[in-house]
Amino acid sequence: MKILVPLKRVADPDNANKVKVNAGKLETTGLEWKPNPFDEYAVETALRLTENGANTKARLGEVIVVTFGPKETETTLRGALATGADRAIRVDATDDQLDGDVIARALKAIAEQEKPDLILCGKQAVDGDANQVGQLVAEYLGWPQATFAGSIVSEDDKSLLVVREVDGGTISLRVSFPAVVSVDLRIVAPKSVKSKHTADTHTYADGVRFAALMAIMAAKKKPLVEMKLADLVGADTALKIKYDAFELPPARKAGIKVKTVAELVEKLKSEAKAL
Amino acid sequence: MSNILVIAELHDGHVRKSTHSAIAFARQAGHPFSILVLGQGAKAAAAEVTAFGAAKVIVVDDAYLANPVAERLAPSIAAVAKSGGFDVVVVTASSFGKDVAPRVASKLAAGYASDISSVSAEGGKFTYKRPVYAGNAFATCEVTTAVQVVSVRQSEFAPAEPSGGASPIEDAPLAAKDPAAERVEFVALGEAKSERPDLGEAKVIVSGGRALKEKFAEVLDPLAGLLGAAVGASRAACDAGYAPAELQVGQTGRVVAPKLYFAIGISGAIQHLAGMKGSKTIVAINKDPDAPIFQVADYGLVADLFTAVPELVTELKKQS
Repeated sequence: MKILVPLKRVADPDNANKVKVNAGKLETTGLEWKPNPFDEYAVETALRLTENGANTKARLGEVIVVTFGPKETETTLRGALATGADRAIRVDATDDQLDGDVIARALKAIAEQEKPDLILCGKQAVDGDANQVGQLVAEYLGWPQATFAGSIVSEDDKSLLVVREVDGGTISLRVSFPAVVSVDLRIVAPKSVKSKHTADTHTYADGVRFAALMAIMAAKKKPLVEMKLADLVGADTALKIKYDAFELPPARKAGIKVKTVAELVEKLKSEAKAL
Repeated sequence: MSNILVIAELHDGHVRKSTHSAIAFARQAGHPFSILVLGQGAKAAAAEVTAFGAAKVIVVDDAYLANPVAERLAPSIAAVAKSGGFDVVVVTASSFGKDVAPRVASKLAAGYASDISSVSAEGGKFTYKRPVYAGNAFATCEVTTAVQVVSVRQSEFAPAEPSGGASPIEDAPLAAKDPAAERVEFVALGEAKSERPDLGEAKVIVSGGRALKEKFAEVLDPLAGLLGAAVGASRAACDAGYAPAELQVGQTGRVVAPKLYFAIGISGAIQHLAGMKGSKTIVAINKDPDAPIFQVADYGLVADLFTAVPELVTELKKQS
């Protein structure tokens, strides 16, 4: 199985409350770049689908990671290579050249060259929270999609059974290759990904794997190629969404601490009129 | 003048209430709108949305659309948008809306503004605000294409109420099928059965964190039952298996804004706050006085939840 995984770096999501706005511009100064967590889950999922969990060193498929950004975003790619991805592509671009639609069209062009069985992506990047690239690229390619995957069963080399996490429950779909799958949080639970390469009795560690030091060194030698955005999307470089300004949300009025349950009920009734 | 097409979400032969938020968007934008109800049984369900002031209610009723499969729905949505001359297509940003809207945008060569929290139609141009960075900033944005696709955050667009009148119902044909639809098979719907209201619609939500452990339901159910509340959960509680995944409130779960939100044994990670900060009144019960949840709570009670919650139930019963 050959899997293409798009990656994005985001400003440290655990410190997102430290973003600042200056004259309408968003500033993430002081926040460390991290891989988008959902994209890390997608890499982990891709690895689980292309290995025997009992012997992860022997690769049984190919995982190609791709990111869009300046040279420094190669750090994100190297990180994924260190955890096991096989090779990487960086599409040279700056943020002001990109929106979800441009990225989807560029991924389409890459998919047409690489012919993967699967594009596996995070369901959203936790900076813009737009939740659209996977669906867009699926439509541009004319491929089926299974969004918000909470678990995946790889039954054969032709299709996947995907349980999607949706409002109020789940929806199970079977998608035939080539397809797009976007992953949700629980895809990295110990038993969420079943592959024919791995015994049913195998239990993965919860979450994503970490790279060993040796693997980090080895990742520096794995293939990483650069592509030009214009070579992928041609002359159609206009952005379909334009961000004009940013602002901080209105601060919540400072609350109070109550001492007893009785006081809480009293306040909810008489003050907040919430009961 | 724009012409807005509201996509209704059909479920069990009825229009989901979440659709009323997309109708609220159309009203706030102040331009004429129609509502598209598509799915199997859409014709019968269409009557549920004829009293909202829509120019018309368009129906695509076909067994091919029996299940919510984006590859089956998107062609008909796009076809109706094109033939009806609609330049804004709006859907509520439920898991249904988020799944299908980008495919529609791609078919219409439209830009897609997702999960918006407000709309302004000043000067005939639509601008949107949308939360970014887990709601820690808001972006003002516009779509640059002639046709736009928008999904609206249910918690920010209060459901539209019927305004009377009777919009005419009009049939539209099923669009040509997408080859992609041949390669996706709908296997099953796993619906969580609950007598409680849906998180997106509840006026009161009682949410619990990992601190509840195996007693999640035992502790929260009496309080939720008494208040007619929906039950929510933090990611940690869901991941640990104390609560089912569909109860998760947060940046990547459900985003809610009820009148009253109880955060019980929830520390208040950024990702959780992103999903409930818009609630009108927030109550936090936590034994850690430094838990970040207290920074957004209107009323904080530092206490052991295993004694405080039953006590709260007793107190509420006493007063009612």
